[in-house]
Amino acid sequence: MDFGLSQEQQMLRDAVARCLADTCPLEHVRECSERDNPVSDKVLDALQGLGIPGMMIPEEHGGLGMTLLDAALVAEQLAYAVAPVSFLASHVLAPLALSEAGSEDQKVRWLPKIASGEAHISVAISETVEARDGAGVTCRGGKLDGTALFALDFAGADAFLVADTTGRLHLVPANASGLEKIPLMTIDRTRSVGELRFAQVTAEPLADDSGFTAGRLRDAGRILLAADSLGAGQAMIEKAVDYSGQREQFGRLIGSFQAVKHMCAEMAAHHEPCRSLIWYAAYAYEAMPEDVSLAACQAKSHTGDVHRFVARTSTEVHGGMGFTDLVGLHYWFKRIGFDRQVLGGPELVRAEAAVLQGWIKAA
Amino acid sequence: MDLDYGPEYDAFRQEMRLFLKMHGHRAPTGQARAARPSAEAVEWQKLLIEHGYTARTIPRDYGGYGSEPDILKSRIIAEEFSRAGIPGGLANQGISMLVPTLLELGTEEQKRQWVEPTLKGEVVWCQGYSEPGAGSDLASLKTSARIESGEFVINGQKIWTSTAKQADMIFCLVRTEHDAPKHGGISYLIFSMDTPGIEVRPLKTMTGHAEFNETFFSEVRVPVGQIVGERGQGWFVANATLGHERGMLGDPDALENRFQALVRLMKEERIGMGRAIDNSVLRDRLGALQAEVAAMKCNGMRILSNSLKGEPGGMAKLIVKLQSCELAHQISALAIDAMGEMGILYSGSARERMRGTWQWNYMFQLGLIIGGGTAQIQKNIIAERGLDMPREPKLPKISGAAKGTADMLRQKQGSA
Repeated sequence: MDFGLSQEQQMLRDAVARCLADTCPLEHVRECSERDNPVSDKVLDALQGLGIPGMMIPEEHGGLGMTLLDAALVAEQLAYAVAPVSFLASHVLAPLALSEAGSEDQKVRWLPKIASGEAHISVAISETVEARDGAGVTCRGGKLDGTALFALDFAGADAFLVADTTGRLHLVPANASGLEKIPLMTIDRTRSVGELRFAQVTAEPLADDSGFTAGRLRDAGRILLAADSLGAGQAMIEKAVDYSGQREQFGRLIGSFQAVKHMCAEMAAHHEPCRSLIWYAAYAYEAMPEDVSLAACQAKSHTGDVHRFVARTSTEVHGGMGFTDLVGLHYWFKRIGFDRQVLGGPELVRAEAAVLQGWIKAA
Repeated sequence: MDLDYGPEYDAFRQEMRLFLKMHGHRAPTGQARAARPSAEAVEWQKLLIEHGYTARTIPRDYGGYGSEPDILKSRIIAEEFSRAGIPGGLANQGISMLVPTLLELGTEEQKRQWVEPTLKGEVVWCQGYSEPGAGSDLASLKTSARIESGEFVINGQKIWTSTAKQADMIFCLVRTEHDAPKHGGISYLIFSMDTPGIEVRPLKTMTGHAEFNETFFSEVRVPVGQIVGERGQGWFVANATLGHERGMLGDPDALENRFQALVRLMKEERIGMGRAIDNSVLRDRLGALQAEVAAMKCNGMRILSNSLKGEPGGMAKLIVKLQSCELAHQISALAIDAMGEMGILYSGSARERMRGTWQWNYMFQLGLIIGGGTAQIQKNIIAERGLDMPREPKLPKISGAAKGTADMLRQKQGSA
């Protein structure tokens, strides 16, 4: 029995943290976030050196064959540095989908290239979480029609993995005829999101997919968004504590005022159990697949609530400076805001959890 | 991460399940676990000690089971009692606070005299720490003891002495060194509640019950040998046990049990046309609490693993008292809301649900948020020890004259 990280996991986490501390200072984040495609080649190259793009790809396809908990630790560090790189969809969800449901040919075609950094697949599964009017992709006679919103890791994608209205997943090359790609501007300029419009686009379904895989991706995506939020929250708490240990008012460090101390203590008290919950959910992804959906809902919804509180409280501890662009606290604030909404906000996810455990029947 | 306990522990768990299956019917019911354990509760306690399901690591010479400490086995024992809904060993203040203190710091004679009868429920203790003027700032306590012909002579008042009415004995902090700095002038005494000069008055709380008392000491004479540790070391002796108390208030199994009771309530309770759980707002709150309970359970497993590896609990441990007490309170709050107008019924009223348990919990748990280190003191601890934030600078003591001047100035400014 060991509820904690292995030595290898601690080393992975520390290596990614060091790599990002060296290559991804806030000034670099600022530069990247002002571009249409925020992805930093410099940071991505550095992560390539650690094998991160292939971390979820089986060894026989050129990757490291790691677990979702490993990926959660990386996501946490990426958010801690507000790193403008593609990761969640391109290097976790797409490899998972191909590994779990792709044909041998699909795996051979894509996985080695993803691992080596030559290819990058964006994932659009938002409609399996939150179907709304005017969105949704249908598949009839091998052709895709309709709209998929919120394709993640959108910019520079070579292909898209898209869920249809039955939850089945399809691979679509970026240059497919009849595919229109519209970038969406979000609050979080460190990650790239877009909309896909399909008009009679030839579909290539994942081979062994009955709609089950989209659910697996939803679980994994929620856990990693929670982990991302955890890293951003950690950074915001540390920044609040640091700032309050330097800033003086009324002849005292503001951190010696209980009003400020209690704000920081409340952030830490809510934040720390999230870490344990996320580790558990990520571990469950491989070790207890029957439990993972509920754990993923809990991690996503609880972290979403806790870190909204952390984001605003840390900003308040910084006083007026927290509100400025100069200090740049808003990069983390917005990252947390993004993580909360994508793949279901807390209320929506809790409603799903209630059905999962039979509290009510599905609507 | 590996949540598997392994074959040795799985076997231990199976053994315990078998024990509970065979003997569970002999366990006392909840109400029998009053301050003074019933004959039934004492018998159950003895049976549990015999099988090592309580007092497990206490040496046999002192009436325990005498096993090596094994955190995982202790955890399994707690989990299995909780899972079966059967009460575990007695967990009164004597057992959870005094016994560990004596084992750590008591003399051989004190251990022999007190540990076994306390474990077996024959001697009931109460705790004399807080005073009307010494709550969060416990070390400023004023109950005094002077030495006179080989005896401590105690005068003063304690408050929040739960079970003082039933207790045979008290472990009590008193000021013995009047010239020493406040933390260094305290001694830890143990004495009989039958000693002349002790008066116990019940302290009725907002729940309508007297779960606590006020205890008054007037020229109470106690032999000088009835001290644990040296004179003036009482603060450090007591801190050994405060740690045990904080651990006691953050049991994730207890949170899980209360949460499950809340789910059952919300499935049974009907408001209007549907069950409480059919109401989407109440259900959302239920889901939010469930995630928090899950987070605290995971946090508990993490602390457990840290201690298995000999690592400090760190932030994960510092936040337990604050978060668990608040969460327990929120669970009761939702239960009351789920009952709608029925939620107000209390005091054995007609139509009352579960003997008013949820209302009592809701009020009593507010007491627990305050007791054992208030939420605000917990936040100071988290900030200063966990986040390394600067301490509040100490203000110079204001003399009476200076205070008068300051008040006058304030009045002038106010009127200007």
